[in-house]
Amino acid sequence: MNPFNLEIEKLKQKALDIRRDIITLLIESQSGHSGGPLSCTDMATALYFNILNHDPQNPGNPQRDLNFFSIGHVSPLIYSLLAESGYFPLKDLLSFRKMEGHLEGHPNCLHTPGIEVSAGSLGQGLSIACGTAYGIKMDRTERRVYCIMGDGEQQEGSIWEAVMFSAHYKLDNLCGIIDYNHRQIDGETEDVMDISPLTEKYWSFGWNVYEINGHDMNEIVGALKAANDCKGKPSIIIGHTEMGKGVSFMEGLAEWHGKPPKPDQGEKALAELGTTYAEWSERLRNG
Amino acid sequence: MGEMKKTRVGFGHGLVDAGEKNKNVVVLVGDLRDSTNVNFFAEKFPERFIEVGIAEQNMANVAAGLSLTGKIPFFTTYGAFATCRCLDMLRVTICYSNLNVKIGGAHGGISVGPDGATHQALEEISILRSLPNMKIIVPCDYFETRKATLAAIDIDGPLYIRFGRENVPVVTDKDTPFEFGKGVVYRDGGDIAILACGVMLYEALEAAHELERDGIDTRVINIHTVKPIDETIIIKAASECGAIVTAEEHQVYGGFGSAVAEVIAKNNPVPMEFIGVQDSFGRSGPPEELMKAYHLKAKDIIGAVKRVLKRK
Repeated sequence: MNPFNLEIEKLKQKALDIRRDIITLLIESQSGHSGGPLSCTDMATALYFNILNHDPQNPGNPQRDLNFFSIGHVSPLIYSLLAESGYFPLKDLLSFRKMEGHLEGHPNCLHTPGIEVSAGSLGQGLSIACGTAYGIKMDRTERRVYCIMGDGEQQEGSIWEAVMFSAHYKLDNLCGIIDYNHRQIDGETEDVMDISPLTEKYWSFGWNVYEINGHDMNEIVGALKAANDCKGKPSIIIGHTEMGKGVSFMEGLAEWHGKPPKPDQGEKALAELGTTYAEWSERLRNG
Repeated sequence: MGEMKKTRVGFGHGLVDAGEKNKNVVVLVGDLRDSTNVNFFAEKFPERFIEVGIAEQNMANVAAGLSLTGKIPFFTTYGAFATCRCLDMLRVTICYSNLNVKIGGAHGGISVGPDGATHQALEEISILRSLPNMKIIVPCDYFETRKATLAAIDIDGPLYIRFGRENVPVVTDKDTPFEFGKGVVYRDGGDIAILACGVMLYEALEAAHELERDGIDTRVINIHTVKPIDETIIIKAASECGAIVTAEEHQVYGGFGSAVAEVIAKNNPVPMEFIGVQDSFGRSGPPEELMKAYHLKAKDIIGAVKRVLKRK
């Protein structure tokens, strides 16, 4: 049971808050990634606030579902999700990437509650999720395992080793989510190293595939719930998204993969998101 | 030479011991079931055995994921692949997260023989020593490998056990104590100390026996735990013997000898010599001939002792 179980409209509001968190903490840190966290926000929000059976007050709850972010660089999103869920105070977000805080540039599970495994080197999360899903099957329990991946990391060979493994062992308690924003550091995935057709690839490896609009909350929740009911094979949700979603001057631009907004750009972004740096940083400081 | 047994069989039997002792022990292999001797475990506990196929990177992280469900996974393949191919997984996922993953590194050393350099792991200690949280055991024979494998399940965090392919002399017995992290003096002496790990312990004992005829009183110490290394026994050997020779079936750069040298340099600098593979790849050949060709025999240790004693 998800501890929040937010309805669609409240999920949309939570996603908006998380986008505000992301921009605010990036203004504060002046270091970190903007594009991926914003493109992945809606799917991750639906997972953490409607689907995932997690326990922010007891992160190691042995009955919990597990989610692995294979894309450690979306840490602004990850930390916002965890703080908004109650794993740690919102004010911690203002210490992102700073020596005095516990929020590393890429997440460290030994420092930050709610992180299952440290991440930062791409292509590793799905294998970890496979191992956990396999272990849960050995225990004959009903816990589920999720893995949020990027599109660019589908270029890593180890992903496909894991894709093969999970279908071979019929890990139907495993659900992958791909943030398919078609952008990576060096440009468009189609130009850097084309990963398409992803649906056909996963399908041919024996997976159950959902291809959705990764910004449509109804489609996201629908796919996540449908995946829960799929038996005999793992599921993948391929969410078509837009890099930098929600901030007009970032949308669709690969250049926003790995940089933060400058303070004036950040203020402009927050205005588009219906707030100001003063207002939102105050909310975080008091949270 | 007395009884000969394979250390990989010791690993295989040790896994069965561990599986009997703890139901959370799980074994993974990458298409090398028989040659790593995890077949014993697979036959005894098929429900806890996972074949991953030829996908070592995936295997390392599947083991990482299993550890999050309370399992104690041993992932097993040849040491060359376990360390070099899986290094990013070992570094970022397993060691950085300090996960309870055990690694069985088969085919350690040049004594792998005819398969040649690609399969003769000579770098594992150098590579793994640089990873925080990683522990390394290099047992000397069948019995010590078996005991180290069983002991590993009670040591939290990432741990690597290195073992070989061929029959090697048995120098311990089933009752010899094994204590993780503690070196063991196998022969006392005050003129020179030979510190060895793995199969080189036997060569060190042979060398000490020969040196006795020349009136050189030789201490031989088995350092089965290379990380964390037993600093106390090393410092004591340096201060009481005044010179040290290290012996490993491994590259000398960054390996066991380097680990000893770090302790010596920091605490009590004395002359040292390093027996090991001297910055070269291996090659195909009969194991015993390779050990001679790469200067890993007792006579090579004797030469090193005589050289270092002149600098004492």
